[in-house]
Amino acid sequence: MSLLSGARDRFILGENAFGLRPDLGLVASMIEPESRLLDVGCDDGALLEYLVKQQGCDGRGMEISQAGVNACVARGLPVVQGDADRHLVDYPDDSFDYVILSHTMQAVHHPRDVLGQLLRIADTAIVSILNYGHWRARMSMVTRGRMPHTRTLSTPWFETANIRPCTVRDFLDLTRMLGIRVGRAYGISKGTEVALIKPSYEGQSNLFAEQAVFELFRPEAPKKRRGKARG
Amino acid sequence: MTQAGPAIHEIQDSLPGHRVVLRDGADITLESGATLGPVTVAYQTWGTLNDDRSNVVLICHALTGDQYAVGTHPITEKGGWWESMVGPGKPIDTDRFFVICPNCLGGCMGTTGPAAVNPKTDELYGTNFPVITIRDMVNAQVMLMDELGIEKILCVVGGSMGGMQVLEWAARHPERVESAVCIAGAARHSAQNIAFHEVGRQAIMADPDWCNGLYYKEGKRPESGLSVARMAAHITYLSEPALWRKFGRSLQDRFNKSYGFGADFQVESYLRHQGSTFVNRFDANAYLYITRAMDYFDLETEFDGDLANAWKDTPVRFLLVSFTSDWLFPTSESKEVVRSLNRAGANVSFVEIESDKGHDAFLLDEPDLFATAGGFIDSVAREAGI
Repeated sequence: MSLLSGARDRFILGENAFGLRPDLGLVASMIEPESRLLDVGCDDGALLEYLVKQQGCDGRGMEISQAGVNACVARGLPVVQGDADRHLVDYPDDSFDYVILSHTMQAVHHPRDVLGQLLRIADTAIVSILNYGHWRARMSMVTRGRMPHTRTLSTPWFETANIRPCTVRDFLDLTRMLGIRVGRAYGISKGTEVALIKPSYEGQSNLFAEQAVFELFRPEAPKKRRGKARG
Repeated sequence: MTQAGPAIHEIQDSLPGHRVVLRDGADITLESGATLGPVTVAYQTWGTLNDDRSNVVLICHALTGDQYAVGTHPITEKGGWWESMVGPGKPIDTDRFFVICPNCLGGCMGTTGPAAVNPKTDELYGTNFPVITIRDMVNAQVMLMDELGIEKILCVVGGSMGGMQVLEWAARHPERVESAVCIAGAARHSAQNIAFHEVGRQAIMADPDWCNGLYYKEGKRPESGLSVARMAAHITYLSEPALWRKFGRSLQDRFNKSYGFGADFQVESYLRHQGSTFVNRFDANAYLYITRAMDYFDLETEFDGDLANAWKDTPVRFLLVSFTSDWLFPTSESKEVVRSLNRAGANVSFVEIESDKGHDAFLLDEPDLFATAGGFIDSVAREAGI
């Protein structure tokens, strides 16, 4: 079992020339070149460096770990040590075109507030999540009676930073609750296999995507859909 | 307290290093409106200036620092105060950069200050020296750069009061600064810090040997006053965990309490030592003037109540560093600067380093400081093709 059955729009993430992890490559493809962006939870700065140096973006980062900040600063990237829960408030409204939150949503204390902050400081947010609704995660619970322990969810429960596990459906429910508009949405499985998430088969996406990437817009300002992902 | 060595004003002129008289000895107008001149700046350099004069790193020292950041100090005969950071292969790599460290205006190690002779009167300035500010210190450095023919500085770096100067440089002379590293600094001096400085100043001025600031003439030095000022200040540079780790409640050279007021505790003995060695290398009036300059520093007010105005369209790349246990220049002060830089859309990096060593951490062996600052300066240099 690999891809969504019934999904019409799917593609494989290719190798990219800059050694970006494929899912980060997908995120990068959703960003317009030369835009202003903030990467929240930018880790060692791999994605940010690509966007700044290859795509000509005016990029900033926020990272909680000392090692991550050091790595970023050594790459010449402007990165501020901070965490999404507490320090997004430091940025003025509309500071950026995009704000990126990759693999960080499940680690914040107040996902709802964070989403609000993201769409306050930028009009488009690119958010990726780990999907706890994936069938392997479900099997882990059902058959073994244990917390999910899979390829993408590999840290034991007592050590994981993921304090807010959610599924694709949970996440989309929250966007609806907050009136956030969802633009492009992709499910990723096996690291490189991508399928569009559409309302008609949200349930299937929830079963087969190991991670998911969403393009989110402010409730009040409808935005034109951008072109297809460049993969 | 007995005099342990020659007074600073007697040996200032014989200290090693470079000297330059600014603007051919012309008077300089200070922030207060007063004039001062001729002004001499004493400075040290390391490394070699490249052909296009683009590899300059300017180090701004802290309150009681001086230009001897590296190498044997001419008075204490100990190593420089920033050996950990500056040198061949160090974060501020002297094989790669031309590093300049001037003694600040108002200082007592060769730059014009209260312990210097006023060439117009042939008398020591003492308290006739005009009150100076951080801006005046930076203006003197700007003029020094002019004298040296250096148009643009690759990186201005400093900790504590040096960090204040770094921010002043970036705010007032953004066109001459490629990047700015402000370590354990602040855009203004807090009420608590002004209060501590006032304690130090009062200690000096309460010493009968201060002689209303004209102790040089009397052949005296307010050693006990300056020493108490240093002791009080030194506590603010440390943290309780650092003091506890170093001394705890251990007694000094004795097994039992003396039931007297001698230095029973090691921490007392340590502070007394800090105080008594300090007076050999620092002038009491310089301490008054420099602490005053720090107290007056407030960039936010200077820029109409919003620090972001100081960074409008700034081309400068910033790095701010704070330390978790620093309660003199706490992280909140650095963050205030970072927030204002964010508001201005400036290019800023910030890191709060985990350390229990207090404010002094910026002078000590802090691998994360070296990694962050080294990485930042390296990236700035690479971009500039150095």
